[in-house]
Amino acid sequence: MTAPEREWCPALPPALTLRHDTVRGTDLLVLPERVVVLKGHAGTVLGLCDGTRTVRGIVDALAERFPDAPVATDVPLFLDRLHREGWLR
Amino acid sequence: MTDASRPERPAPPWALLAELTHACPLHCPYCSNPLELARRSSELSTGEWADVLRQAGELGVVHTHLSGGEPLLRPDLADIVAAAEAAGIYTQLVTSGTALDEARLAALTAAGLRSVQLSVQHADARANDRIAGRPSSFAAKEQAAALVRRAGLPLGLNIVLHRDNLDAVGALIELGVAWGADRIELANTQFYGWGLLNRAALLPTRDQVTRAHEAVEDWRTRLAGQVELIWVVPDYFDGVAKPCMGGWGAVSLTVAPDGTVLPCPAAAALPDLAAPNVRDRSLAWIWERSPAFNRFRGTDWMTGPCRGCPRREEDFGGCRCQAYALTGDPARTDPACAFSPDHDLVRRLSEAGPAEPPPPYTYRRPGAAPVAPA
Ligand code: SF4
Ligand code: SF4
Repeated sequence: MTAPEREWCPALPPALTLRHDTVRGTDLLVLPERVVVLKGHAGTVLGLCDGTRTVRGIVDALAERFPDAPVATDVPLFLDRLHREGWLR
Repeated sequence: MTDASRPERPAPPWALLAELTHACPLHCPYCSNPLELARRSSELSTGEWADVLRQAGELGVVHTHLSGGEPLLRPDLADIVAAAEAAGIYTQLVTSGTALDEARLAALTAAGLRSVQLSVQHADARANDRIAGRPSSFAAKEQAAALVRRAGLPLGLNIVLHRDNLDAVGALIELGVAWGADRIELANTQFYGWGLLNRAALLPTRDQVTRAHEAVEDWRTRLAGQVELIWVVPDYFDGVAKPCMGGWGAVSLTVAPDGTVLPCPAAAALPDLAAPNVRDRSLAWIWERSPAFNRFRGTDWMTGPCRGCPRREEDFGGCRCQAYALTGDPARTDPACAFSPDHDLVRRLSEAGPAEPPPPYTYRRPGAAPVAPA
C-alpha cells in the first residue's frame, strides 16, 4: 500500500449527498444536475466515507460485515475510481 | 386503464422545477416562461409550497430547481429551501444574480441550499445588459458569482445562445472559467413562447452555429476534468428532435407560481391540456392519473413517422410544444426532425438566413405579448 493511500480519509464533497430512496428502495448519490443510483453495497461503502476513516479502516469495517467478500482488493479500487470522478475527496 | 405500453402506475418523477414567481428584474427576449405571466397575487403561499415539496418527496422527487422568474424576489425563499431539505430534496437555485447579497446567501445555505446556477446573457457587460433589458445586471452577476464561490457552493452558468451572442461563445466560456464555474450550460434558444415571438431577432445563421459548436468542442478538450461544458443542440439546424423533458411525464414536473402543474414549463401554451393545480388535487394524482400527464406518456399517442421509428424511445417524438407551435397539432412529429413531413417549415427558416437589420426585441414583460383570448 502506498503512503497517500494509508493517510487518505475519503469523504464526500459538501455538494454531494448520499441518501436512501425509500420510494425506489435504493441508495442514491445526489449531485448538482445528476443523480447516481448506487448498485449493490456501494451505498454501504460510501456511508463509511465520513472523513474520519482511512481506506484501511473502511476495508476492515466492511470485512467484518461481509467476511466472504473480496473487500480488501475491490474496495480501494472502487474508492479510487470515485475519487477520480470527483465524488470523493 | 389496461394498456400494454402504459403501466398502471407510471415510474415516480425524479425532479421538480419550482417556478416560484414569474416576476423578474430582467426581460430576456427568449424567456422560457409562458407569454401570459402569472400575477404575484396568484402565487402559492409559503405553506402551500412547503406542502407541494413534502408531497413531491413522498412521490419520489430527489432534485428541485428553485426558479422563476427570479426566485430571490420571494422573501420566503429560505423557508422554501428548508421545506425541500426537510422533504429530502436536493435544492438548486436558478437565478439571474440580481438581488443576491452575502446575508441572503448565508441564510439560503443555512437552510440547505446545495448549488447555484447563474444566468449570463453575454460576456460583454454592455451587450449583456442590452439583451437582459436591464442596466448594471452584468455587474450584479459578477458579484453574485463571487459570493457563491466564497460560500463554497458549486456554481453553474446558464447561457441561452442566439444570433446576438453565439459569436461570443469562447468569451463566455472564458468568463465562466474566470468566475469559477464548475459547469457551463450553453443552450441554443428553443423557439416557443417568448423565443418564438422573438424568433426573427434571435435565429442565428447556420455558420454561426457551426463555428460556435467547433469552439465549444475545442474548449471541451482544453477544460476536460476542470469545467463541465454542456451544449444543448440547436434543433432547427441539426434536423434532430430533442428529447422532450426525457419523455412526457417520465422524469420531471413543473409547478408554476399559481400552482398549475405541467409536464414542462412550455406546456402551458398547449390547447385543451386542462392543466391540473395543486390547489385542487394531490401531486400523486396529478402525476399518476391526470389526463394532462397521461396525454403524451409512452408512445401510444404517436402519429406519422414516430410511430414506427427506432428512435421513438430516445427522443419521444421531440417537443410537443414545438409541434403545436409550428403545425397547430401537438401530436404530430416535431418539425425539427428531418423525418417529419413538416420539416420544411423549419428548414426554410434555417436556410433563409436572418432578417436584416435584426428586428428589435419584444422584451419579456407582463402584457408585452399578444395573448390569445381564453
Ligand atoms: S420520427 Fe419521431 S421518433 Fe423518429 S427521430 Fe423523428 S421525432 Fe424522433
Ligand atoms: S414539448 Fe416537451 S420539451 Fe417541448 S416545450 Fe413542451 S414539454 Fe417542453
